[in-house]
Amino acid sequence: MIRGWTAVYLRELFILRRRLAKLIPSWSVSPLLYLIAFGYAVGRHVAVGNHSYLEFLIPGLVAMASMTQAFAISSEINIARFYWYIFDEFQSAPISNLAYVLGEVLAGMTRAFLAGLVILILGACFGVVLSYNPLFWAALLLNSFVFASLAVGCAMNVRSHADQTLLTNFIITPMAFLGGTFFPLSQLPGWGQNLLQLLPLTHAAHAVRAAAFNDPAQAVDYLVLTGVGCLCFLFAILSVNRAKA
Amino acid sequence: MTHPIIEVANLTKQFGSLAALSGVSFQVGGGEIYAYLGPNGAGKTTTIRILTSLTRRDGGEVRLNGYDIEKNPLECKAQFGLVPQHTNLDADLSVKENLLIHGLLHRMERRAITRRTGELLEYMEMSDRLQTVVKKLSGGLKRRLLIARALMHAPKILFMDEPTVGLDPAIRRSIWGFIKKIRNDGATIFLTTHYIEEAEVLADRVAFLDAGKMVAEDTSANLMAAIGQWAVDYLEESRLRTAYFKSREEAGDYILTRASGCTVRRVNLEDAFISMTGRKIS
Repeated sequence: MIRGWTAVYLRELFILRRRLAKLIPSWSVSPLLYLIAFGYAVGRHVAVGNHSYLEFLIPGLVAMASMTQAFAISSEINIARFYWYIFDEFQSAPISNLAYVLGEVLAGMTRAFLAGLVILILGACFGVVLSYNPLFWAALLLNSFVFASLAVGCAMNVRSHADQTLLTNFIITPMAFLGGTFFPLSQLPGWGQNLLQLLPLTHAAHAVRAAAFNDPAQAVDYLVLTGVGCLCFLFAILSVNRAKA
Repeated sequence: MTHPIIEVANLTKQFGSLAALSGVSFQVGGGEIYAYLGPNGAGKTTTIRILTSLTRRDGGEVRLNGYDIEKNPLECKAQFGLVPQHTNLDADLSVKENLLIHGLLHRMERRAITRRTGELLEYMEMSDRLQTVVKKLSGGLKRRLLIARALMHAPKILFMDEPTVGLDPAIRRSIWGFIKKIRNDGATIFLTTHYIEEAEVLADRVAFLDAGKMVAEDTSANLMAAIGQWAVDYLEESRLRTAYFKSREEAGDYILTRASGCTVRRVNLEDAFISMTGRKIS
């Protein structure tokens, strides 16, 4: 059932390899600006619990970058589908929808992993090195699994590249700012905290931060990310046939 | 016709209120070159997209090498290679990488991919381009690479959608040479085209498609013979008209009855198409 996923994944890796020299600087720009503006300038004298604001910010940025870069695979798929017609090559090959989705989701997760690494290196440049233990990486990978799967599903359902941009504006951008990246949710009123618990990024940021601070992990974060990720993956598989005319 | 390897029955496809295909049926025998000829918008690309699982059909049956497209989709897809109308190579990847990805998609072993890549690039006379990035290839070389990619997994059927569209005449003729070579090596070729000469030079049998309906299907010689051997073009009330004749003598006699401005020539497939549909192909 999953034979052929290596071809889909390998193609994305070839493209990633060719563009990596351009992508790494582009992945660095926004986090660098957030680190300078919020972490270094505004947050220099601010503490969140027992940690400096810069220490608080970096795990949040890792969660946010893994989300945006995992979701960015949708743009790559749409460019391949609408402009280069490369999606036809996959559709006419004897591979299952599961194999296609698996290859693309892994490609999104790889991008997310690399973008997360870039944040950690930038953080180190600002003198912040936290605990990057297995739970930290597990949370990062689960978060990227959620958003790469969502990205593939969305890419199969949109009718143009412009529609894809709308999805990013309405889903990803609000989540990036409200999912516990830049501020502790405990600052919000109870109803606001409850509302934001519905966002997978909230759980990802919480899990990544807890692991980075060596705080006790909350199973609910990992369970929510796993559950939402599986649902999004199923959505992606069921959506592949919709991309046919 | 030998044992049919492509079997299509009552194929229908609707895009909104437009009937793109209305009950199209045909069979293509093993080792045959079958040309699907029609003007733009006739339904040629829709047919090839349905046969290659890229577009859903509304009705009808399709079997490729005995496999039903509905019941055995993956087996069906393993039977053919596709040369699409639009170049859909990965422009940022090398020739070798493009062929590798295709081979893996078709479940080939790495060693077999390497061997087949060498054979095909030699076959398409582009062995020196193995490491070249695709965006640096000329239009003709990209088209040859598309054909090589489609042949990578040694398919029994090769679907070619307007394989020479946009190419200059010299390159077009070289592609025709490759198509004949592929057929001689045993593949069945289904090609769509709106170039009359392409169908005349290549096809064992030709189907005329017009407004989603199959108008006729036969050998080029029979389709042309149905209207005559010779054509006389003449002007009447400022419009170019054509009369068809069985022999050159009859055509000559007809010319004598007209005042002037007549030309005599051999009948071609376009004449046959016009006589059946009242419309030009190109």
